[in-house]
Amino acid sequence: MRTLSICIAIVRRDVLLGWRSGAGVATAIGLYGLIVVLVPFGLGPDGDLLSNVAPGILWIALSLALLLTLDRLFQIDLEDGSLDLLFHSPAELELIVLAKSLAHWLIALVPLLLVTPVLSLFLNMSIDRTLATMTSLTLGSPTLVFIGAIGAALSVAIKRGGIIIGLLVLPLYVPVIIFGVGAAQAGTNVFFAGAEGPQASLLFLSALSLFSVVLGPIAGAAALRSVRS
Amino acid sequence: MSKYANPHLFMKYSKPLLPWVGGLCTIMLVVGFVWSFYLVPPDYQQGGSVRIMFVHVPAAWLSQFVYASIAAASLVSLIWRHALADVFAKSAAPLGAAFTLLMLVTGSIWGKPMWGTWWEWDARLTSALILFFLYLGYIALWHTIENQQVAARNAAILALVGFINIPIIRFSVDWWNTLHQPASVIRSDGPSIDSVFLAPLLFMLVTYTIFFALMVVIRMRTEIMRRRLSSARYASAAFEESVA
Repeated sequence: MRTLSICIAIVRRDVLLGWRSGAGVATAIGLYGLIVVLVPFGLGPDGDLLSNVAPGILWIALSLALLLTLDRLFQIDLEDGSLDLLFHSPAELELIVLAKSLAHWLIALVPLLLVTPVLSLFLNMSIDRTLATMTSLTLGSPTLVFIGAIGAALSVAIKRGGIIIGLLVLPLYVPVIIFGVGAAQAGTNVFFAGAEGPQASLLFLSALSLFSVVLGPIAGAAALRSVRS
Repeated sequence: MSKYANPHLFMKYSKPLLPWVGGLCTIMLVVGFVWSFYLVPPDYQQGGSVRIMFVHVPAAWLSQFVYASIAAASLVSLIWRHALADVFAKSAAPLGAAFTLLMLVTGSIWGKPMWGTWWEWDARLTSALILFFLYLGYIALWHTIENQQVAARNAAILALVGFINIPIIRFSVDWWNTLHQPASVIRSDGPSIDSVFLAPLLFMLVTYTIFFALMVVIRMRTEIMRRRLSSARYASAAFEESVA
């Protein structure tokens, strides 16, 4: 019971801190929008082409924008000393990492999800395709955050560690991007099974997210422990 | 177990072995290249291009074997704090990356006359490319964390996370590839290989593996000496400070 209340307190604290400072989240939203807006300049303004590649663009842009925020996950707590206090907390470090990652999902990823419908307009997406992409992004986004938390924890010992997180984390994003874009391309009918329907991809996405919710806190906590010693 | 974790014993026993293994490896490399480049007849379909296989396939085998051995060493290092396991993992990683790069480059050179393209988003090629990036991230982590003990633990965690993810990546890339590209260039069943090609191929596999073992022992010895040197420098600096 006590562990649970500690975790809730950590989530509330991180969400409040993120919300009140706001700068990191706003930067991520700006970057997300800019990557999406740059695509038509790279590919040309052809509406059919843009709507074809739109789910992939949104998935990649969202992953990159999130990557920018990941170094804040543990770095700020390390600098102001609150990470040392968290180490002395009676709650398990794995659960603390879980709570912090969950808070990061709420404060950094949910805003990106919320602006996605606006960005879909720039890519000439139909409402159906936007809904399908939103569904796949929502189901897959825990993977992005929790695998990202591993990279953030591994690089917390490095000054200016933000640059290396991408090198550590992006290869591990390959499965989630494959199934995410696959599900988004397959449409909105989530009950349509088989290779052409999104059901299989959505199930794999959910499996990846559940798996990363376990793997991320264990590996992240192990990495934080090594930095502490 | 901890008896063999002693770097001093490792240095003592590996030193006399090096010239013998080095000599054996040189002879096997010469024999292997002469055999596979001059004595093997050209393939009836692929012609002389088939010879790239003898460079390519052993590199592909080692690229995966080395990653698996790094993951195993990382597990040993995390559980038993085995000092040599860290040294092995750090020394093996650039070799594994080099074998992966060799596999990609030779595969690409083979692909140009055979498939008519330098790069094909085939499932196996794609997984190999991602493996290469996993190696790069792993090496980068070792080099950016200054404290060697923290670097060793974090690199071990990364290696294990990567190792757990490799089957998932393989599976997802297979899935993606069948979705986008029904007719794969490399058939998974593959044409059965003639013994004229199989014998030199197996020989090269063994040769490459011995080459890797030789290189990794040399690199491990260098790494141990580097660590001794750096601790000797710290010690002498501390001594000078205490005298002053």
